[in-house]
Amino acid sequence: MEMQKLYLLVPLAPLFGAMIAGLFCRVIPRWVAHTVTIAGVAVAFVASVIIFRDVQAGHVFNGPVYTWLTSGDYKFEVGFLIDTLTTTMMLVVTFVSLMVHIYTIGYMQEDPGYNRFFSYISLFTFSMLMLVMSNNFMQLFFGWEAVGLVSYLLIGFWYTRPTAIFANMKAFLVNRVGDFGFILGIGLVLTYFGTLDYATVFQKAPEFANATIALFGEGSSVSLMTATCICLFIGAMGKSAQVPLHVWLPDSMEGPTPISALIHAATMVTAGIFMVARMSPLFELSTTALSLVLVIGAITALFMGFLGIIQNDIKRVVAYSTLSQLGYMTVALGASAYSVAIFHLMTHAFFKALLFLAAGSVIIGMHHDQDIRNMGGLRKYMPITWITSLIGSLALIGTPFLSGFYSKDSIIEAVALSHIPGAGFAYFSVLAGVFVTAFYSFRMYFLVFHGEERFGKADDEHHHEHHGDHDDEEVAHDHHHGLAPGQKPHETPWVVTLPLVLLAIPSLVIGYLAIGPMVFGDYFKGVIFIDHHAHPAMEHLAEHFHGAAAMGIHALTTLPFFLALAGVVVSWFFYMKRPDIPAAIQRRFSAIYTLFENKYYFDKFNEVFFAGGARLLGKVFWRGGDVSVIDGVIVNGSTKLVAMISTVTRTFQTGYVYHYAFTMIIGVFVLMTLWINRA
Amino acid sequence: MSTYPLLSLAIWIPIIAGLVVLATGSDRNAPLARMLALFGAVAGLLVSIPLWTGFDIANGGMQFVELKTWIPRFNINYHLGVDGISMLFVVLNSFITVIVVAAGWEVIQEKVAQYNAAFLIMSGLMNGIFSALDGVLFYVFFEASLIPLYLIIGVWGGPNRVYAAFKFFLFTLFGSLLLLIALMYLFIQSGGSFSILDWHKLPIALGAQIWLFLAFLVAFAVKVPMWPVHTWLPDAHVEAPTGGSIVLAAIALKLGAYGFLRFSLPIAPDASQELSGLVVALSLIAVVYIGFVALVQADMKKLVAYSSIAHMGFVTLGFFMFSAMGIEGALVQMVSHGFVSGAMFFCIGVMYDRVHSRQIADYGGVVNTMPKFAALFMLFSMANAGLPATSGFVGEFMVILGAVKFNFWVAFAAASSMVIGAAYTLWMYKRVIFGDVANHHVAELSDINNREFAILGVLAIGTLWMGLYPQPFTEVMHASVTDLLRHVAISKIQ
Repeated sequence: MEMQKLYLLVPLAPLFGAMIAGLFCRVIPRWVAHTVTIAGVAVAFVASVIIFRDVQAGHVFNGPVYTWLTSGDYKFEVGFLIDTLTTTMMLVVTFVSLMVHIYTIGYMQEDPGYNRFFSYISLFTFSMLMLVMSNNFMQLFFGWEAVGLVSYLLIGFWYTRPTAIFANMKAFLVNRVGDFGFILGIGLVLTYFGTLDYATVFQKAPEFANATIALFGEGSSVSLMTATCICLFIGAMGKSAQVPLHVWLPDSMEGPTPISALIHAATMVTAGIFMVARMSPLFELSTTALSLVLVIGAITALFMGFLGIIQNDIKRVVAYSTLSQLGYMTVALGASAYSVAIFHLMTHAFFKALLFLAAGSVIIGMHHDQDIRNMGGLRKYMPITWITSLIGSLALIGTPFLSGFYSKDSIIEAVALSHIPGAGFAYFSVLAGVFVTAFYSFRMYFLVFHGEERFGKADDEHHHEHHGDHDDEEVAHDHHHGLAPGQKPHETPWVVTLPLVLLAIPSLVIGYLAIGPMVFGDYFKGVIFIDHHAHPAMEHLAEHFHGAAAMGIHALTTLPFFLALAGVVVSWFFYMKRPDIPAAIQRRFSAIYTLFENKYYFDKFNEVFFAGGARLLGKVFWRGGDVSVIDGVIVNGSTKLVAMISTVTRTFQTGYVYHYAFTMIIGVFVLMTLWINRA
Repeated sequence: MSTYPLLSLAIWIPIIAGLVVLATGSDRNAPLARMLALFGAVAGLLVSIPLWTGFDIANGGMQFVELKTWIPRFNINYHLGVDGISMLFVVLNSFITVIVVAAGWEVIQEKVAQYNAAFLIMSGLMNGIFSALDGVLFYVFFEASLIPLYLIIGVWGGPNRVYAAFKFFLFTLFGSLLLLIALMYLFIQSGGSFSILDWHKLPIALGAQIWLFLAFLVAFAVKVPMWPVHTWLPDAHVEAPTGGSIVLAAIALKLGAYGFLRFSLPIAPDASQELSGLVVALSLIAVVYIGFVALVQADMKKLVAYSSIAHMGFVTLGFFMFSAMGIEGALVQMVSHGFVSGAMFFCIGVMYDRVHSRQIADYGGVVNTMPKFAALFMLFSMANAGLPATSGFVGEFMVILGAVKFNFWVAFAAASSMVIGAAYTLWMYKRVIFGDVANHHVAELSDINNREFAILGVLAIGTLWMGLYPQPFTEVMHASVTDLLRHVAISKIQ
């Protein structure tokens, strides 16, 4: 009983903070807003730690909080499932959220929407916790959409910027496309399992392993599990930004940097990964669905990485890196290495939140100039940001013994051992991705922190070319952008650097500490289900594992290490030694460069085909259907017909007595004729 | 159970209050007329609430029944009663009446007494429709309710109000005439009974059932409205004053849908099954086709009117899947639509009162001058787009999930509204609310006053309550819906 109150406290504490800061945002002073929200999230974090220890002690909980709705034989409840997967997510979410809350005090210092911002990020924390703590599909969908809503609100936080309000609508709609698949998947689960409760569904799942449904009319048969899992995965593709539903994530960088770290890197975008891992008992029953997951993930991992290479906005580099890393996690899911996916989710949450917050720190130091071509040599001015960024980048590229190494290397190994269709392509993609990741990460690192100081130049053409939306931003904020000539960057205040340091610590060590129990131990026993017979990759992987230290040492002689090293060296050579080479390559391969610059034309296609098509269809239906046919022909046509008939009949009503008299005589005559003939 | 004739009170208190308000006469007594109207509306709501609190959820039959002879010669009775299907609509209607009276408080300055009287009388008549159990009584209420709404559009409406009022009147009258013929036929077939409950038990051959069903379909489809007899609604909404739009969307559209459950399904169950494909197809057209039409509207009211049609498509779709999830989901959608569309039209009214334009292009950046309003409008927009934790989600969720069982591709088409609905709602929101201040009209806007805030606040609480805890709304429906489904499953052909 005591623990159950604690479970409730975890989501409700941030919700309380959000409500205070949100409902009274115009009344309360700033310190109240940030104190109450930080306190709420801190309470949630501490409670999560206690719950984590309790679950470690073997106390798994699965039970309802209240009945949301009953209908017919169906019952929908709001409830919690507290197991190791849940507690892992709870810890990640509350910890990163707490860091971001603290960081926000510094980052949003000058923003008039300070209280509103705190309210939103606390509301987000609540929603995300409801999502991960759910024990059923309905509540999962609730949280799923709620985080989407907060993401929408936060991307459009600076609501006067045209790019921001376009980006937030785009994010919401693209996510809705995913949710469209997701809800159909939930519908299939409810139809065939008769419940949305995880435990019951997972228990019944094996019975449906070979079930088929006639999806495309009589006679056609599609595996029920394949159809269900693909529908569910479409939801994951939207939320976790997998190709082709990835288009919203780079644009989401229009939001303030703290939420890019929290929502668009560490937590919300990983909801899809979490969901598939949670559904492992279902996905394991469909190798077809897993193949799709694997291939989509591989495409995202490699091709989104390429785009990171040519970005010049510091946040967009990190955004494409996030897309690519989400691809890695998806690949792990496809290879049935669910625990590895969650492991990478966790390590990634720390080092990517760190990289984003460090990027934000750089942005503050640069007075809101985000173009890395205007930076350089910042290590001298921002030492803490520099060191922590280096740690984050090293973790990201998979430097042995750092957190990202353990998770990424495990993914690569798992894919190597997987034999489902598409595994070959996926293996190539994740390997090539290692080089690409190292290259773009250190391109950014070198351009920002090393080399010539390029800031504070009077005539700065890049600056104006790249930030076309500055005028609008200036309305919302009252500070200038970029450094004035002669001005130097400065290190950020402690509220900004403290979270960097606190995130750098897990980025360094969490992989080393957690890989043993989490990936190869019993940590996820009974939570994640793997059909070892059909998908033996994880089992084989475990045979090769001899402890974290041995894994790190062994890695020094393997291909991924050399690829990462090569990436760093090449980027150093290109951007520190011979800056003329990248420019030459760009000229030489201008077609590829154009393709990258246009992000493979996904946006263009969506704009013309989907957005334009929908508007065209609307016009056709409206002007053609409603206005011309229904109103024009049928409605007004019939009134015209009535009018026509009445015009004709009106001519009979002349008003002359002799006309009427004459008509009467004819009438009488006709009637009499009939009467006489009757006999 | 109460001994008071609650249903009669819910019908006659607003009507009598309306007549009293009317008696205050000219606009010199406008403040008195407003106070009396509010008093009458609140009294109507207070007598309706015990219908819900005193409702026996285990009983699927009629409750709070009142039966008195009216015209003995034709066996016509003053027969009232509500079950789990109709009860919530009496409460919703009485609630919306209070909202509407409050919504016109400062806005309506001409013919104040007549305006409020029209709404109160209409409210009583609508309660009559939802609780009548006698065919003639139903028909009288059904037709009489047209008159106040016709006047509201025709007298207090916009520049093109006469065309709109006529279109509205003729469309619905055309449907009603077929309904009258159907009622006559049933009277004769049943050997001289106008009791709707008797008709439910009447065996009818399939051929006759189909004709009856089609007559009902036309009558109710016009009211819902279903595609292709929907074109009167956008015109009526555009021309109607804010209060008229709220009642039209929140209550009037529900009459048609209610008719399907009270007449079509139980009286012609075999024909309903036979022709369900037709209704499902029309419903899906409403959801998809109308969704696209809503996307390209330049007039906010038209946009929300079209979105109403799309939402009502979910209702008719839910009915004709013949499952508890479908019907209850549809009923939830009806109640929710009452809150959400009412609130959406009120929001548009709030802006219209200040700027005197409904064109999206005339706005932009409203959030800069009306932040409180923008926040509430966001909530209702999200509810309109079916976001979880708002009432708009519950009905759609139930209908879509029920539809997967019915037919996957029907569910597929219905679920597309998740994208289209969000697209037209948020695109409108973006263009109206976000961005820089677009022009001097927007720059001069003042945020909502206490009255407007109270109205939107109450509707917001309703929307969130129903989204977070819909159980009190659905538990009253179960027994009646189960009975209805059992009834529909039994053939009436002999």
